[in-house]
Amino acid sequence: MNRPIDDRALEGATLLPEAFSRWFAMRGWQPRAHQLDLLARAEAGRSVLLIAPTGAGKTLAGFMPSLVDLARRGKRKPGAAAQGVHTLYLSPLKALAVDIERNLTRPVTEMGLPISMETRTGDTPAHKRQRQKQAPPDILLTTPEQLALMLASKDAERFFADLRYVIFDELHALVTSKRGQLLSLGLARLRKFVPDLRTIGLSATVAEPDELRRWLVGQNPPGDMADKITVAGGAKPHITILETAEPLPWAGHSAQYSIPEIYDAIKDHRTTLLFVNTRSQAERVFQELWHVNADTLPIALHHGSLDVGQRRRVEKAMETNSLRAIVATSTLDLGIDWGDVDLVVHVGAPKGASRLAQRIGRSNHRMDEPSRAILVPANRFEVLECQAALDANYLGAQDTPPVGAGGLDVLAQHVMGMACAEPFFADELYAEIVSASPYARLDRETFDRIVDFVATGGYALRTYERFARIRQMKDGRWRVAHPMIAQQYRLNVGTIVEAPMLNIRLVRGKTKSALAGGYSLGKIEEYFLETLTPGDTFIFAGQVVRFAGIRENECYVTPAPGADALVPSYGGGKFPLSTYLAAEVRAMLADPSRWHRLPEQVAEWLTIQKEKSVLPSRDDLLIETFPRGNRFYMVAYPFEGRLAHQTLGMLLTRRLERGGARPLGFVATDYAIAIWGLRDMGALNRSGRLTFGELFDEDMLGDDLDAWLADSWLLKRTFRNCAVIAGLIERRHPGKEKSGRQVTVSADLIYDVLRSHDPDHILLRATRADAATGLLDVRRLGEMLSRVKGRIMHKDLPRISPLAVPVMLEIGKERVAGGAEDELLGEAADSLIDEAMGTQ
Amino acid sequence: MIVRAQSRFSATSEAAVRGERVVCDARGVAWFPEMRLLAVSDLHLEKGSRHARRGYMLPPYDTAATLARLAAVIADYDPTMVVSLGDSFDDIGGAARMPAIYRDQLLALMKGRDWFWVAGNHDPEKPADLPGATVQELGIGGIVFRHEPSAGRLAGEIAGHLHPGARIVQRGRSVRRRCFAADRNRLIMPAFGSFTGALNVLDRAFSNLFCPDNFVAYMLGTDRVYPMDRRLLRSD
Repeated sequence: MNRPIDDRALEGATLLPEAFSRWFAMRGWQPRAHQLDLLARAEAGRSVLLIAPTGAGKTLAGFMPSLVDLARRGKRKPGAAAQGVHTLYLSPLKALAVDIERNLTRPVTEMGLPISMETRTGDTPAHKRQRQKQAPPDILLTTPEQLALMLASKDAERFFADLRYVIFDELHALVTSKRGQLLSLGLARLRKFVPDLRTIGLSATVAEPDELRRWLVGQNPPGDMADKITVAGGAKPHITILETAEPLPWAGHSAQYSIPEIYDAIKDHRTTLLFVNTRSQAERVFQELWHVNADTLPIALHHGSLDVGQRRRVEKAMETNSLRAIVATSTLDLGIDWGDVDLVVHVGAPKGASRLAQRIGRSNHRMDEPSRAILVPANRFEVLECQAALDANYLGAQDTPPVGAGGLDVLAQHVMGMACAEPFFADELYAEIVSASPYARLDRETFDRIVDFVATGGYALRTYERFARIRQMKDGRWRVAHPMIAQQYRLNVGTIVEAPMLNIRLVRGKTKSALAGGYSLGKIEEYFLETLTPGDTFIFAGQVVRFAGIRENECYVTPAPGADALVPSYGGGKFPLSTYLAAEVRAMLADPSRWHRLPEQVAEWLTIQKEKSVLPSRDDLLIETFPRGNRFYMVAYPFEGRLAHQTLGMLLTRRLERGGARPLGFVATDYAIAIWGLRDMGALNRSGRLTFGELFDEDMLGDDLDAWLADSWLLKRTFRNCAVIAGLIERRHPGKEKSGRQVTVSADLIYDVLRSHDPDHILLRATRADAATGLLDVRRLGEMLSRVKGRIMHKDLPRISPLAVPVMLEIGKERVAGGAEDELLGEAADSLIDEAMGTQ
Repeated sequence: MIVRAQSRFSATSEAAVRGERVVCDARGVAWFPEMRLLAVSDLHLEKGSRHARRGYMLPPYDTAATLARLAAVIADYDPTMVVSLGDSFDDIGGAARMPAIYRDQLLALMKGRDWFWVAGNHDPEKPADLPGATVQELGIGGIVFRHEPSAGRLAGEIAGHLHPGARIVQRGRSVRRRCFAADRNRLIMPAFGSFTGALNVLDRAFSNLFCPDNFVAYMLGTDRVYPMDRRLLRSD
């Protein structure tokens, strides 16, 4: 499929219109080989996936075929009919669309090309959208949600009739999310309008490029793929692990020990980008840096929860190179270009080798100069992880998640949207949908159930026929039953379901009656505020604030300078350790010859572990048991990430309960899991009453999983997202929540009723499928259980081992997972009785 | 005031409103043993179908689920009188929309009892084709049953409408449950309907209704009612 086109491509002159050659010459540049290669393939009618590192001129390459084609087409003759959109550019971020428009305007203007270019995002005013419909620009830069909206309108076919190219930016990031699934269905619709549509995907390096190549083209015949152009990486980044004289922490995520050394590094460089894994980490690191900022260097904070205005100010300052350092979370991950960064510091373990590569790509946007990066592990296990990531980056290994099958909730939303556009025949729509690679394996029966769901909810009890949202006409086509339904679709479009957030406002007043006004600091998750009492302090937007109370949808805080902050305990990172890195960490543990590359303190820690207990070989699972206080502990080291470990913990405690071990609780980290109980689990194993082989048998993923799942809050949260995306319940629109809790229908209540009355409902199926790959990470747990079958290594110890210390330190810091809400109610109610009776 | 359960069902807690004994049942109903009267509030029957009419296809099982729970408490207490404290149906058309199979179940529950439909804001009219008396309010002895609590402190009122719920934080975890809200003069009942949410008793809607010193939220546990002192409660 990769025809040798390079010979032709190198004769750039024959391909490029004169304006282009002149422009390149004027700037003293040469068109790069991959830019010409892509152009040649696109002109030959091929769709192309371009894999290139940051700074390789990816954007210009992606737009080159469009620009050349539009340049040849020339100016519209006066009086000729307006053309439709020629090129559609889709990016996961609004800001990216705006950024690209700015970057593209320069060459277009300098070449004097007659090309119009506009963005369309959620922020675009209605009158501009209307005008775009009447007089479409040649190039439209937009987001997946906007495309879904445009496709659901009646004149979509006319609007896209002249479309030649669709460019997908950051395709590797898009395809693994529900937004990508919705986008793949939108692309299938565009292909129906324009069968010879060419697509261009721009991507960072991924583990399975063929998945993306299939994603870009229609799956008829199944397995069809776009061409692939790979640009080799530039200079190898120069990455080091922070060397420290301080004692390395056993546990925790704050990396506080490293702050003076990080500050020194900032002083030694022009501009430093500091990445952390969570928002609370960002707040903490920012705060600590200001404590030691004796030279008052301009250091700023940037994360997704901050007020938009504040974020824009920081971004502006970044562009003009007026900052020395910026502390940021993943909001800055994607490929926006920022000023002149010459150092990237990553605080905490990067959790995945490809994430590390992406973040380091931020520094030094010139391909031929090496990037500089320092990794700062926050605890000892993270040292191992950082070293593994570092090795992986040099090996070029990648661990991006697989694309996976499309969700049924997304499909339901799309079916509704297509009915809003024009009446459809089920046969035709089905054929169109299975041409999208995430839905290529969708069977007809499931599709029909989704259509049924969209029409009447798809319930076994058929009482909603008269309220149907879409109905079949005499000719068999399905149409929207009422214009109100189309209106609702437009209000609920999209697949991003935000956790409920509250505005956070800073006020000066101290009394509750003064809870009004103030200025906005940003947004904070409702679940975090759940555990606060007025008077509690926490860090937000780089300052210590005191929680005053909540009014409507606003959280009010007062300044609390100098107070000790109760820092939000979000646990470790949001991202679990990747499978690839986990394997690398296990390999490193098992191989003492690699330890000399680790800091002395860490090597010593592992050496003592080897003496006191044992170190597992790469493919074994080590289980340690020991008594402590009046409890018995079992610590296992699967290294499969928090999510999989949490699921494992839930299932193991159920089994231990049945086996008579009387478990009391567990905690999970990215690396290990600790369970404690009243009986000696090691003795139970030895006596054969409850062997670890049985305990860790794969069959736990059957009945036990089903039984636990049914009541799990994880499943309820997943259900809520599915229900919003599928259009079962209304999206909560920020600022428009007039109705109080008593009138909103809670997704939890719907879930409970649905589960007991219609357990096979299609939306419950969608929920279970989502949870298995998402919050529960069941797939990964299953792989681990099958890997360790017959390879469990048990060590009975008189006391805690060195390796067990980090996870044991989490006990008490972490909330112990599990149900038992009633016990908490009982405790609270009885506490007052005790107080009243004088027993306390 | 806080007396541990004495009734024949363990999942209860006893309160008194203007001297009248009230058994708060964990399933969300109130039993007045002296009058053999069962009170239930905010059934919101046919809520699912009301949303379906608007284009949101909520499961059509809420009526079945609510009636099944109601049947269970009626079987346990065998009341002479039943007061449904308003918002029995989610909208005026609800009773007419209710499938025949549920109507028959409801008729069976009503049979042989004095049944009062107190008018609510969702269902201000008499429910279509159902027996029972529709009343604005109902006074028995020193007690008045009405849907919306009247303003100010008032002696001897049993009301619904507000869907009280309460929240505590214990050991860093938040627990939120429906509850009875009561002082010695007034009792506001939790909503009974399967799809009904709850409003925190510390919300402004509840202010001025209760005497703070005597206020108790009877939180509904799985098999116990937990009386919570005001000091333990947290706002949302």
